Amino acid sequence: MQPAPPAVFVAHGLTKIYRMGEVEVPALRGVDLEIYSGEFVVLLGPSGSGKSTLLNILGGLDTPTSGEAHWRDHDLAKSDERELTRYRREHVGFVFQFYNLIPSLTVRENVALVTDICPHPMDVDEAIGLVGLSERANHFPSQLSGGEQQRVAIARAIAKRPDVLLCDEPTGALDYTTGKVVLEVIARINQEFGTTAVVITHNAAIAGMADRVMRLADGRITSVEHNQNKLRPAELSW
Amino acid sequence: MNLLDKKLLRDLWRMRSQAFTIALVVAAGIAGFIGSLSTYDSMQWSRASYYDAARFADVFAELKRAPKAIERRIAEIPGVADVQSTVQFDVTLDIPGIAEPVVGRMIGLPEGGQPRLNRIFIRQGRMPEAGQAHEVVVSEGFASVRHLKPGATLAALINGKRETLKIVGIGLSPEYVFATRGGAFPDDRGFGVLWIDRVHLATAFNMEGAFNHVAVKLAPGASERVVIDALDRLLEPYGGLHAYGRSDQVSNKILTQEIGQQKVMGTTLPLPFFGVAIFLLNVVLSRIVSTQREQIAALKALGYGNAAIATHYLKFVLVITMLGIVIGVLVGAWFGHYMTRMYTDFFHFPHLAYRMQPWIPLLAGGISLLAAVAGALSTVHQVVVLAPAQAMHPPSPPRYRKMLLERLGLVHWLSPAARMVIRNMERHPLRVLVTIFGIAISVAVILSGTFWRDAVNYLIYVQFEAVQRADAEVVFNEPMAARVRHEIAHAPGVRETEVSRIVPVRLVSGHLSYRTVIQGIPQDARLHRLLDANLRSVPLPRAGILLTDRLAQRLNVHAGDTLWVESLESTRRKREVVVAGTVGELIGLSAYMEIGALNRFMGESDVVSGISVALDKSREKDFFAYLKGHPKIATSGSKTAMLQSFKETSAKNVLFFTTIFTGFAAVIAFGVVYNSARIALAERAWELASLRVLGFTRREVSAFLLGELAIEIVLAIPLGFPLGYFIAWGLIQLMPHETLVLPVIIQPDTYAYAGIAILLAGTVSALIVRHRVDRLDLVAVLKTRE
Ligand SMILES: Nc1ncnc2c1ncn2[C@@H]1O[C@H](COP(=O)(O)OP(=O)(O)OP(=O)(O)O)[C@@H](O)[C@H]1O
Ligand SMILES: [Mg+2]
Repeated sequence: MQPAPPAVFVAHGLTKIYRMGEVEVPALRGVDLEIYSGEFVVLLGPSGSGKSTLLNILGGLDTPTSGEAHWRDHDLAKSDERELTRYRREHVGFVFQFYNLIPSLTVRENVALVTDICPHPMDVDEAIGLVGLSERANHFPSQLSGGEQQRVAIARAIAKRPDVLLCDEPTGALDYTTGKVVLEVIARINQEFGTTAVVITHNAAIAGMADRVMRLADGRITSVEHNQNKLRPAELSW
Repeated sequence: MNLLDKKLLRDLWRMRSQAFTIALVVAAGIAGFIGSLSTYDSMQWSRASYYDAARFADVFAELKRAPKAIERRIAEIPGVADVQSTVQFDVTLDIPGIAEPVVGRMIGLPEGGQPRLNRIFIRQGRMPEAGQAHEVVVSEGFASVRHLKPGATLAALINGKRETLKIVGIGLSPEYVFATRGGAFPDDRGFGVLWIDRVHLATAFNMEGAFNHVAVKLAPGASERVVIDALDRLLEPYGGLHAYGRSDQVSNKILTQEIGQQKVMGTTLPLPFFGVAIFLLNVVLSRIVSTQREQIAALKALGYGNAAIATHYLKFVLVITMLGIVIGVLVGAWFGHYMTRMYTDFFHFPHLAYRMQPWIPLLAGGISLLAAVAGALSTVHQVVVLAPAQAMHPPSPPRYRKMLLERLGLVHWLSPAARMVIRNMERHPLRVLVTIFGIAISVAVILSGTFWRDAVNYLIYVQFEAVQRADAEVVFNEPMAARVRHEIAHAPGVRETEVSRIVPVRLVSGHLSYRTVIQGIPQDARLHRLLDANLRSVPLPRAGILLTDRLAQRLNVHAGDTLWVESLESTRRKREVVVAGTVGELIGLSAYMEIGALNRFMGESDVVSGISVALDKSREKDFFAYLKGHPKIATSGSKTAMLQSFKETSAKNVLFFTTIFTGFAAVIAFGVVYNSARIALAERAWELASLRVLGFTRREVSAFLLGELAIEIVLAIPLGFPLGYFIAWGLIQLMPHETLVLPVIIQPDTYAYAGIAILLAGTVSALIVRHRVDRLDLVAVLKTRE
């Protein structure tokens, strides 16, 4: 039996309730989970099941209403705004559906924006090389395709050498082939740098490349499955 | 309620702080307009009703001495409705506890007490009783500065004889609304008017049954010119000086000039405010329209007509403007009331009469509504031409290119964050320029409101240090032989003396004429220096006359031309004199001749009418004590006392205007900075939230947004300086400047004040926006595409 790798994320009884005036919308209703170092985790679930909410709490963008959430020795539930900002800055790389690039900065500058503020960054051009966009380094986002923009977002996320890479529907706005290219990049980062990756998707087929798949429904984790034989992104089809 | 109106109210509520700051800019403009114009109107009205109630005369004449019977002949001149003759003399007063001599103008009261013309308003006490020769009424301004109350006594040197007078009343006269012996400075400290029994005064000056001053009221429709000419002919044998109308009556002349300034202020001051308000309304409205493109398209698709939608957006502008008008009218009424009160103190009116004629707020409101609508038209036009199908699509994403800075190769040392700021500015050059311009205007508004202090200080410096270097002017009852100078020179405390001869004259060139005085001074005069506009000394020629440059302009003469000089003293002489050159004095329109040349012109030998004296400051008191006992001295004025009272009143006014202008300018600066920051925030919220997600702190993200503003403010302030100078210059040009012209002087600390005030206003608005950056909702932003 293999020794269990250390858990980096640990959550217990996590709840999140949004208050909209009189109405309370429960987004998470008691989530327990552990995510291990170097793992590739896919979160699946219907729309509104709470995936983004969970990911945002793990990434320090949001705080739970109750329950515990830890990243290593950081207490994410009790941190204040300033500590969360530092946590994001030093440890987390985000990739979102809508790329969230700064339109007024070129590819290289978008990446440099992050390397300027974190302690042990990668070389900017190395990060751009990793996502295969070296030739486009001086272009502005509006001159790139959607897939290329998403790769820039990934380059920007990994350039700080994050401990965790959190991706919320990274292929949601992309077509089949472009989506695969993006997934390959994420898989490679996970493999080569041992970066823990948590990826949200609506596409069950993508689950094939994960170490573990967690399914959410109605604010709870309903199942967790181990992938016995993990596929490479190229082998996925949907 | 109409659904679109409901949407309007919600939109307005959402943008309430922006709407409010814009309304404040409108309000500042309106308040300035209404405040100044209602003050203008109230002053005109106060003056008219006061003049009316006090039966202020229309024509005045001074003369040597005419028998009382002449009064009847004057009354017979066609066009004359009423005549009031009197005797009046300037004397030296001696008030217990006050060292420097004070000039009292003694005016004789007719038997019944009140004169028929230029009636006295009794504020306190009563008129002198018949037969009580030593009872006097004292003018209010003087009485209050010198703390004189009914019951007090003072001594006067009447025709060389010391007399003790008893104050029985405090009064005001329409002839002395502005209290001065003739200069452009008010002098309540050194000059007072005393009304006393006419017979007693006449007897003291050997003027029984005669008069030396006459005031005339014209019949309705009578020609002032015709009456003046008739009066001049009639009085000439009696040593009559030229008669003059109200426009030459000193008090009225200065009052008119001051009222005229209000009109200039009222009509120019609000312009930058309306300009900035229109700009802000336009920017904010076009921002709303561009974010509501899809809503507009949907409304159109639903069947709302262009007119309904256009009206909806116009209402947005109208509501904000209306709010501004309401605030502006209230503030303007307060402002006008305060200013009117200030003027009623400065000038001496019996009552504060403030009113706001309905046309003033109506005009102000009408102008601002029209301006607001005009400013909004282009944006509303965009709404109308917007095709629904096209508007459903979001506007195409902005295209960024390498911009000027990069092409200049200047970016290498800039961080990506700095590049973001610069590229954003380069992408909206117009907005950046207009923001810079708006901030610059607010700097300029402060400057144009606060530079007056510098200008007045400079004026005082020039007039009372560079030009008039004497500490006191001693004036004799009548021209004296020049040797009197030696006598004065030996008086205690006197360091230096200099003779002068002052002759009232009328200068005539073609159809242009002007009443003034010729000051005769020695060629090597040290206590009265002649300077050109750049403060360089102008030599006094042996022959010919030197004119103040403004007087030369007024008479349209140049060096080398000749003009007619007509003396207005005892012997009326008229002769042609060559204009030798000009001097650059800022106060008054006077003329200079070498004293010998002036005496020759007057057909007199070596005489003087006064002595200028430089004093040993520590012995000033002794000198003044000496003067008080000198029988031949009619009056003497002390420079220190006069400046002191001037500075007291002006300091109060300057403080008020500085505060008002700074407040108003802060409103502009705040409106411009706050609104452009809010718009930038709205446009870039998505980008800023993305940065926050990446781990940028609130402070860093604010810096991206506010960096642009900081750059704009830093560029705008130095731009505002020349703009302020220009506005100050323009204001001075527009101001009436007969009695004095202010130089456009702005001291470094005034510039610094304006810069710092705007920096503060900018910082405060930036901090408020910063507060909003802190509250950006990161998660919500990530759910949407930009
Ligand atoms: N800011 C908010 N205010 C109110 N309710 C919210 C807010 N954000 C999320 N919710 C609610 O919380 C629940 C979970 O939302 P969440 O975004 O986590 O779902 P999701 O699983 O990511 O859905 P999707 O797949 O559509 O992105 C939903 O019912 C949603 O309506
Ligand atoms: Mg989601």
